[in-house]
Amino acid sequence: MRLPSWRFIRMWQRNRDVFLRLWRSIAPGFIFEPIILLLALGLGFGAFMGVIDGQDYIYFIVPGVIASYVMTSATFECTYGAFFRMEYRRTYDSILATPLNIEDVVAGEIFWGATRSLVTATIILVVAALFQLLPSPWVLLVPVVAVLEGVMFASIGMVFVSLAPSIYSFNYYFTLFIAPITFFSGAFFPLDSFPEAVQVVSSIVPLTPAVELIRALVQGEFHPGLLLSLAYIVLLAGLFFFISMVAMRRRVID
Amino acid sequence: MAVIKVQKLTKNFKDLVAVDKVSLEIEEGECFGLLGPNGAGKTTLVHMITAVSLPTDGDIWVLGKDLRKYPRQIKAMFGVVPQIDNLDSELTVLQNLTTFARYFDIAKDEARRRSMAALNLFRLEGKSGSRIKELSGGMKRRLLLARGLINNPRVLILDEPTIGLDPQSKYLVWQKLRELKGQGVTQLLCTQNMDEAAVLCDRVAIMHRGRVLALDSPKGLVERYVGPKLLEIEVGADQRDSINQELQSRGLDFEDAAGTIQVFHCDADRLAQELEGLSWNLWPRLATLEDVFFRLTGRALVE
Repeated sequence: MRLPSWRFIRMWQRNRDVFLRLWRSIAPGFIFEPIILLLALGLGFGAFMGVIDGQDYIYFIVPGVIASYVMTSATFECTYGAFFRMEYRRTYDSILATPLNIEDVVAGEIFWGATRSLVTATIILVVAALFQLLPSPWVLLVPVVAVLEGVMFASIGMVFVSLAPSIYSFNYYFTLFIAPITFFSGAFFPLDSFPEAVQVVSSIVPLTPAVELIRALVQGEFHPGLLLSLAYIVLLAGLFFFISMVAMRRRVID
Repeated sequence: MAVIKVQKLTKNFKDLVAVDKVSLEIEEGECFGLLGPNGAGKTTLVHMITAVSLPTDGDIWVLGKDLRKYPRQIKAMFGVVPQIDNLDSELTVLQNLTTFARYFDIAKDEARRRSMAALNLFRLEGKSGSRIKELSGGMKRRLLLARGLINNPRVLILDEPTIGLDPQSKYLVWQKLRELKGQGVTQLLCTQNMDEAAVLCDRVAIMHRGRVLALDSPKGLVERYVGPKLLEIEVGADQRDSINQELQSRGLDFEDAAGTIQVFHCDADRLAQELEGLSWNLWPRLATLEDVFFRLTGRALVE
């Protein structure tokens, strides 16, 4: 297996420059949507929900909204975005004619996806802080978890890109993977309301450990099981990162 | 030493052999042409040389270095102008160049300076802030060329650089390519345009179905395969058999191509005089690379 070099930063910079040019047109997805969801669900739905786990519903879903939008930010970038650059714009072809190798390009995509996750998490945190929804100072570590979670979902997305026959394939990815794990992760309601079999599935979907970690940091309540959650994210992120290197080389340079 | 040395290079796609044991040596400072119909394997060959595609078999050496071992160092010496437009349409014209310069680790100020110079060279200086979609087809091609020069490449690899260009733009591009050759930049040029190959290339390889059929200077190819001058005879209603008979009896090398019969390797002017009495419609003319091309690759449509 070939590893990426420091040159991945060039791909990251390219994506950053495009983002800085276009961010106004993509802002609804990563600024307004999570904020609307947070306030609508938290205040509107929360009025009926009452108290969950000893707190108002809106406090309960702040970490859930962060974790799920961190996931979708990285995922959009490293599914539709990456596939579009690879197949339609032929951006990869042009870059591969320079000293960058495919591993640099893929690593640049993944770390850019994680950067988008970081941006999204930061925006939601700022809004939540304005509404005084963040009781613990440990919340300052949430961006670290957002980056790890972002690398994990960006890498999983890139592996899927290496397999996808067409851009329509990502409809399956979002409908059959991203949407269910959002609901089985404990982001928007507690897992203990599910039957036991579903709880087992919930405990292995990759969003669950991210929700747990972010919730612990937002609320400032920790337990030893969180180390396992952290280890699980790091393990999956590393595993899929390396698989994506091999799989994308096979897909692009063949 | 050859700048690019390709040995028994093969590329298979499933059951198709796109490039079939091709061996070539491209010398320092020359313009080397790859001429062939669609599907001849030119683009696949170039993709392998630029490390965008992995060979199924065979070796590629650039200035004595194995491409498999040193892809980054080798790609740093190349300027690549692709056949398809893969400009970064999310960025401005100038950003396209500065972003590309950054891939080659060219510092910011220097990147900007070179980008402006490249835009000037291809008469795009007024478009630096434009979006890619605001450019005409010819401007996009010129921008692709400008981009290919951003790292001051030692070797320029061009895949159909003037395809779809109006005559003025084509002339500008040819002129720039000749200037670059004058500066010692080695060029590998894929083209279907015979004039382009004849005007620009020192040597031309004619490719067909993944193989190199012939390799020589444009003049050498013409002399070897068709002769400097040929005679064309228009075939009237029921003249075909009598013309064929006459030419055969004279032991001439000729080919029946649709409405015209072409006689190769002959003293065309003298032959024209000798045949004058036969009331055939005939004329001698200078042979071109296109005649060689048709002789070697046939007139049937290649898909």
